[in-house]
Amino acid sequence: MTTTTASAPSTRRPGRSAQARHNLKWGLVFCSPAIVGIVLFTAYPVLRSLQQSLTSATMLTPGHFLGLQNYRDLMSDAGFWNSLSNTVYILIRAVPLGIIVALCLALLLNMNVAGRSFYRVFFFVPSIVPLVASAVIWSYVFNSQYGVLNSLLGKIGVVGPSWLDDPAWAKTSLVIMSVWGVGGLMVIMLAGVQDVPAQLYEQAKIDGAGVFSRFRNVTLPFMSPHLLFALVMGLIAGFQYFTEVFVLTSGTGGPAGSTMVAGLYLYQNAFAFFKIGYASALAWVLFVLSAISAVIVFRTVGRRVYYGGN
Amino acid sequence: MSERTAVRNTVADPDTASGATLADSPRRPDFEQRQRPLGPRLLAGVGKHCVLIGLSVIFLIPLVWMVTGAFKTAVDLNASPIVWFPDKITFDNFVQAAQLFPLARYFFNTFVICVLSMLGAVFSSAMVGYGLARIPWRGRNVLFVIIISTMMIPFYVTMFPAFEIWRSLHLTDTWVPLILPHWLCVPIYIFLLRQFLMTIPKDLSESARIDGAGEWQIFTRVILPLIKPALVAVGLFQFLASWNDFLGPLIYLSNPKLYTISLGLNFFKGEYATEFGPLMAVSALAVLPIVIIFFFAQRTFIEGITLTGVKG
Repeated sequence: MTTTTASAPSTRRPGRSAQARHNLKWGLVFCSPAIVGIVLFTAYPVLRSLQQSLTSATMLTPGHFLGLQNYRDLMSDAGFWNSLSNTVYILIRAVPLGIIVALCLALLLNMNVAGRSFYRVFFFVPSIVPLVASAVIWSYVFNSQYGVLNSLLGKIGVVGPSWLDDPAWAKTSLVIMSVWGVGGLMVIMLAGVQDVPAQLYEQAKIDGAGVFSRFRNVTLPFMSPHLLFALVMGLIAGFQYFTEVFVLTSGTGGPAGSTMVAGLYLYQNAFAFFKIGYASALAWVLFVLSAISAVIVFRTVGRRVYYGGN
Repeated sequence: MSERTAVRNTVADPDTASGATLADSPRRPDFEQRQRPLGPRLLAGVGKHCVLIGLSVIFLIPLVWMVTGAFKTAVDLNASPIVWFPDKITFDNFVQAAQLFPLARYFFNTFVICVLSMLGAVFSSAMVGYGLARIPWRGRNVLFVIIISTMMIPFYVTMFPAFEIWRSLHLTDTWVPLILPHWLCVPIYIFLLRQFLMTIPKDLSESARIDGAGEWQIFTRVILPLIKPALVAVGLFQFLASWNDFLGPLIYLSNPKLYTISLGLNFFKGEYATEFGPLMAVSALAVLPIVIIFFFAQRTFIEGITLTGVKG
């Protein structure tokens, strides 16, 4: 190695290969953390989890090979279907609502208003509050007797429900709480709004386009990559929804299983019932479902996305 | 596609990252306002502020409620109709919380985990980013694609096998599983830093090479100082992520002495669910450091989000 490097400049081909070898060596050295990390914490775990999903493994025993039995059991497990439908329920409400709110806030903040950096902070701060703390805050906001929400509703003559204690309202409460943390998405939308070419607005205005028409024909097409991104990310995150419910319901998914989401059901199977094989099968089903829905979104919505003006 | 890359590169420019923020520099002069007379302009301005203030209030109510709640007596907290600002401010909730909840220990634990994870994430992502962006070796593109695709794999798929690894090493119930993975690979940061590194001219490394510097020296002496803004953004992200992490500590930690703020707060909530005063006090303290950090690093934070979002 060293001799090749030393004699390298004399001829061209060895010089090149010495340089290539030098680069390969240093490239691998610099990338070694990622290589080790991926092998240890992604590649191995993925294969292992796939293998475990085909066994009756528990936390303490390796179990025996079951084939697809875990997957079949899942299909006839009412708890699984309940958790899945709860997840989908929350997802299809929280994701579009979050995107709409984030987009509206971004459009508002893009106007020429004094002190908009202050407003930006106000909208953004809730999204950086630790989830456990925000769950504590919201458990009090939603409190049917002392909570601020019902008190405000009472002022306009509405008798509020008992939110988290009412199976009919618990999921809605979770949707409201998730929209509160929309600040991160708002920042992404803001960046998108600011990428819309100013001349286009001016042209549209000269052509007599109103506010709505400008939004429809100028803003939306230019924002469509951001909207698609938000939709796909929201979908993927939605299938992994866990912490808020765990904290708000003390890990029970109550009342009456109305907030038992798939992530919590999975956690219970693994770390409360120690059924690792079964939980792994559930994890894979969720993974496949979220991948399929992301592909469907790309195929349908993605086609209408407009990338740049040429 | 090419236009999007161009946009990405201009945004990822480290020079602009340290300068004015995206939102503070309006790229588009507000022609609408220049053309209108003063009356409607004023009216529109007032209208905008009304909408924004209204929305801010809605977003801030839960936080204000928590902060004021921490200083309210139990009577005021459970009063109906609700008391917004109490006549009597009390610190009893904090005193009570400090007796029931080992605040100092949980803060210290969380802080250690956050700082060590942050250092690891910054250093390892910078290293890998350098290896991917500035050393032309065969296979680097393949590795990059692999790194990016690992982002698609959800946490719950890899959760138990990772747990098994740590258990077989007798490292569950320590902080190692919460820290060490960040020293190895955090794909999103690698992605972000690679973008930054691509924008730095090649000549810089070349001239250092001619001067006889090795790769490691180029990395630490030339490149790292140049990408400081991006490193700060990555560090902030990881600090925040570790501070907010709940599932990790929940799975790995069982010894209450090792608990983080989030984990401690969850169990505290379980035990004192009806005593909102101390709960609000502890929650307020858990939020405080995050809010302080955010106020000082607002620009870096928001730029980082925009970069790792669609553009990064």
